[in-house]
Order: sequence, then C-alpha cells, then structure tokens
Amino acid sequence: MLQVSIYRYNPETDAEPRMQDFQVDTGGKDVMVLDVLEQIKAQQDSTVTYRRSCREGVCGSDGLNINGKNGLGCITPLSETVRDNKLVIRPLPGLPVVRDLVVDMSLFYAQYEKVQPYLQNNTPAPAIERLQSPEDREKLDGLYECILCACCSSSCPSFWWNPDRFIGPAGLLQSYRFLADSRDTATEERLSRLDDPFSVFRCHGIQNCVNVCPKGLNPTRAIGHIRNMLLSRAA
Amino acid sequence: MVKVVTSFGRSGVSDWLVQRVSAVILLAYFLFVAWVLLAGVSYTEWKGLFEATWMRVFSLMALLSLGAHAWIGMWSVLTDYLTERMLGSKGNVLRILAQLLTTLALFVYVVWGVQILWGY
Repeated sequence: MLQVSIYRYNPETDAEPRMQDFQVDTGGKDVMVLDVLEQIKAQQDSTVTYRRSCREGVCGSDGLNINGKNGLGCITPLSETVRDNKLVIRPLPGLPVVRDLVVDMSLFYAQYEKVQPYLQNNTPAPAIERLQSPEDREKLDGLYECILCACCSSSCPSFWWNPDRFIGPAGLLQSYRFLADSRDTATEERLSRLDDPFSVFRCHGIQNCVNVCPKGLNPTRAIGHIRNMLLSRAA
Repeated sequence: MVKVVTSFGRSGVSDWLVQRVSAVILLAYFLFVAWVLLAGVSYTEWKGLFEATWMRVFSLMALLSLGAHAWIGMWSVLTDYLTERMLGSKGNVLRILAQLLTTLALFVYVVWGVQILWGY
C-alpha cells in the first residue's frame, strides 16, 4: 500500500491547512501521480480538490508539488518520485491556495500579460502569411513549447518574494520567444519595459526552473539571452 | 517596468554590470593581498607596499568596488525580505531603515578607508 499524504485546505471552513493521509493500492503498477489522486477521489474522499484536464502533459493544469519537487501529476510516474513508499502532494508553492491543491494563478498570469505575449508587427500586412526562414523559425524552438503550468515560476525563490515585480521564468521564457521572433518588430519597446532591477534581473540563475520544467525547457538560458540583448542595447 | 529609487544605478543592466565588474576587481585584490601575506611579509615591507601610489589606487578601487557591490547585494536581499508584501506596512519602514544603515556604514567605511590609505 502506497502511503499518500495530501495537503488539505478549505479557506471557508478550515482555520489552517493540514495534511491528510491515505493508503492507496496501486496494484503494483507504476501509475502516474494523477492516477493516484483520481483513485483517492473516486474511492476514498470525493472532496479532495485538484485541477486536471488532458491527463497527458499538454494542458498544464495539474502542476503540483510532488515529494518536494514541482511537476505535472499526469506525467510523473510513481517510480520517478516515490522513495520509501511515501508520496507527499502539496499545491505549487508561493501562490495563494484556493482549495486543497488548487492555487490562484492570478499573479502568474499578470506577469505573463506584462510581456505582451503576442506577435507585434506594425508594417503593412502582406497578402500572404508573414514568412520566416527555417533558420529564424528554429530560434523559437525550446521557447514556444511552454504550456504555462507554473511549475517553474512557483519553484523560483525570486518569484516567491516578488511575484508582483519579478516576471518569473515562465513569463521571461515567453518574453524571449517574441524577442527572438524575426517577424516581431516591437523588440525595442519590449526591451525598454524590462530594463529595471526587478523584471529580469531578480533572476540569480539558480536554475530551479530548469530543474523542474516538465517540458524540458530552459528559462535560465532564455533569461541570459534577454540580459545580453539588454546589455548590447545599453550605452 | 518596475519603478525603483533606492537601487545603486536605478537600472537593472547597470546594477548587473557593476556587480560583475566589482566582483572581478575584489577577486583580483583579495588574491593579491592573500598572495603577499602567504609569501611572508615583514612590517616594513607591508608599510612600503601601501606607501606605493599604485597600491593605494588599487586598494581604493577595491574599497569603492566593495561599496558598490555591497549596496547592490544588500539592496537585492532587503527588497526580497523586508517588503510590504512579506511584512505588511512596517516592511517599507524596516527596509528604508535597513537601507539607510547600510548606506551609512558603506559611506563611513569608504571615507575611513581613504583616510587610512592616504593619511599615514
């Protein structure tokens, strides 16, 4: 029997959060962490609350803190995380808890919004699509794949302390995705909004984001690129 | 763009660059001083070393680097932990107070350092 400990908190009825223990029979199968949650919800306690949708690592809904490390419940097999038969599931750190494992992502989205994550091009629209060379398209690899699960930003101490000022790894990865896009013409405006000691430079390069990204992306490298762009435009 | 008024250079790029350059200067200085000390130095040799203008310039450069480096570093730490977000309204008061103390200490050290370097 797998020993599962789940963070429970209902702000409407509970004075403070608590950990609730469950025993789960996985039938010896190496299932995903999300399967364990589903089994608990179906068989033991239907009030356990979490977000999930695609259950295959595409939607980014079930970002959780699993045995101390952020990840997607749906693509984290027990064999990868369980030691000594124990599974501890908590909500993503640093974000306000709405209920149990569900966090309020408003601050995270506000930072995402700040980087204006859409293509900006003020030149007249061509009759066909705006074309891009294969080389220029390649520059977006490792950037566009982000699913905004918030595993990275909520594992970043700089984001924990300043979620309203530091854009965070997820937002900065998307920021660079548009800075690196050959079709985007707002590079200068984008950079001038980032040149303060918080937005980009609160990153101290500890690479927690790289360590947890379920899609294997590297926000620290993207932040390095942004820093270099800011440096080369500065007099 | 986040508005800042108490950081060293007001700009992220500037602070970042100053932090890196000052770190290199400090590393060079402390390695040099460590090398002199480990090689064995008498009082007269040590005094002679600090009477040379280049050593005084080098020392002052290291001292100013230390001031800038500490300002930027302490500012980063204080704006992480002593904030309105972390401590409520007293956060800002505590932070400004801590920043004033840091600045005052750095100012005293720099002036005192200049006096030591050129006063004897």
